[in-house]
Amino acid sequence: MHALDALEERIVAELRAVVDPNIEISRNTDISRDLGLDSLTIMNFVMKLEDAFDLSIPLERLPEIQTVADLAKTIRDIQAKV
Amino acid sequence: MTILEKFSHLRVAYEQLRSLGSDPFTVRFDGVLSPTEGLREGRRTILFGTNNYLGLTFDPSCIEAGIEALMQSGTGTTGSRIANGSYDAHTRLEQALADFYGRRRGMVFTTGYQANLGIISTVVGKGDYLILDADSHASIYDGARLGTAQVIRFRHNDPEDLRKRLARLPQAGNKLIVVEGIYSMMGDTAPLREIAQVKAEAGAYLLVDEAHSLGVLGRQGRGLAEAAGVEADVDFIVGTFSKTLGSIGGFCVSDLPDFDVLRVACRPYMFTASLPPTLVASTLQALNRLQSDPGLRARLLSNSRRFHSGLDRLGFRLGADATPIVAVVLEDRDLAVAFWNRLLEAGLYVNLALPPATPDGSAILRSSVSAAHTVQQIDTAIGLFAAVGEELGVLSPRPLAAMA
Repeated sequence: MHALDALEERIVAELRAVVDPNIEISRNTDISRDLGLDSLTIMNFVMKLEDAFDLSIPLERLPEIQTVADLAKTIRDIQAKV
Repeated sequence: MTILEKFSHLRVAYEQLRSLGSDPFTVRFDGVLSPTEGLREGRRTILFGTNNYLGLTFDPSCIEAGIEALMQSGTGTTGSRIANGSYDAHTRLEQALADFYGRRRGMVFTTGYQANLGIISTVVGKGDYLILDADSHASIYDGARLGTAQVIRFRHNDPEDLRKRLARLPQAGNKLIVVEGIYSMMGDTAPLREIAQVKAEAGAYLLVDEAHSLGVLGRQGRGLAEAAGVEADVDFIVGTFSKTLGSIGGFCVSDLPDFDVLRVACRPYMFTASLPPTLVASTLQALNRLQSDPGLRARLLSNSRRFHSGLDRLGFRLGADATPIVAVVLEDRDLAVAFWNRLLEAGLYVNLALPPATPDGSAILRSSVSAAHTVQQIDTAIGLFAAVGEELGVLSPRPLAAMA
């Protein structure tokens, strides 16, 4: 398993706040499938991350995000463009 | 396993809901007797979930206007405005709406859903930004999906969050902010004055969906923008005929000088059949009634207050201050389903709203008050809420002294 980079660490830390502590989270964890979260919790989690990184993830980019690693990549892409 | 396998989670949830009592998605009325009463399984049921705010569905003048148009112009237009042409009544209705709002232009759609779908997907495009309240109606989200603008959400009714998100966007590109006058589930209103100020500072455009506030808010009944005194800051007003005006259809009015170009750019307007003449005629008459009879709105307001304060006194957790939408918020989904079933069995129809259609994952019994409700119907409804609330342990039993 790959070690988490700093951005992925941060995402996992935010997820830990809303996920059952017994569930393991890695960079390949599927955020909507593996964590038992409803869509509303996911939306609030995304908004918290947006605030943490001072950016907005456009709604139409959400389908490309499945795993923690995908989310980190999308955030990196958006940061690179600003 | 079929092509619909992907919906298996919905099927499971739906079957579970049905096993608990009546199916809230397929409640059938054998007859509708008035704006406030229906027949269900042979018994009279008080209707508190129909968005029939001014009770105009049975207004004699609206019915008469509809019949006259039906006799004169037939049952349907059998095509779209751009292909088959407009009937005189379509353009009269558009002018009447523009006049009512004091706007230059108006455009009528076949449903309220299509009005949002059409306007939101078309007025912003590639390189533009749509900034939506997170609790927006599905028609707003679907308009966003149909269009090509980047879509950003801000926290529900939070002008500061909106300001922050606008500040993150690049200078280039048009920005359209979309909010609702009254939010349909909880009955809360947008903080429109603050939102209008943020909009002006950011040089953005503002669209307000007044679906549930037309004929309800404002001195003339023009909605939240009028009530908040910010009509000049609102670039697009969208609304529907299927609530206050008692028919079906949607509209958008605006002061943009080139607004009419949308008639050849907006696909949900162009590629669907236009409203049948009978509906256009009854809608026009309902708009007349709304403007000429302020007593309707006064009755709606006093009925809303009576119902809201009745439920409030009983100790229910309610969604917002008194608007015609009164949401009883229950923590537990199964409890809400049971409550809703007991009310229906007792002869009261309200709406059952469950996550994900509700904000904050709450389960809601949603009532909509009408100007046509009698005081007796309202008090009966409050009494049924009290009885079922006590029976299911949502309310603690009332002391005898309070029942007098």
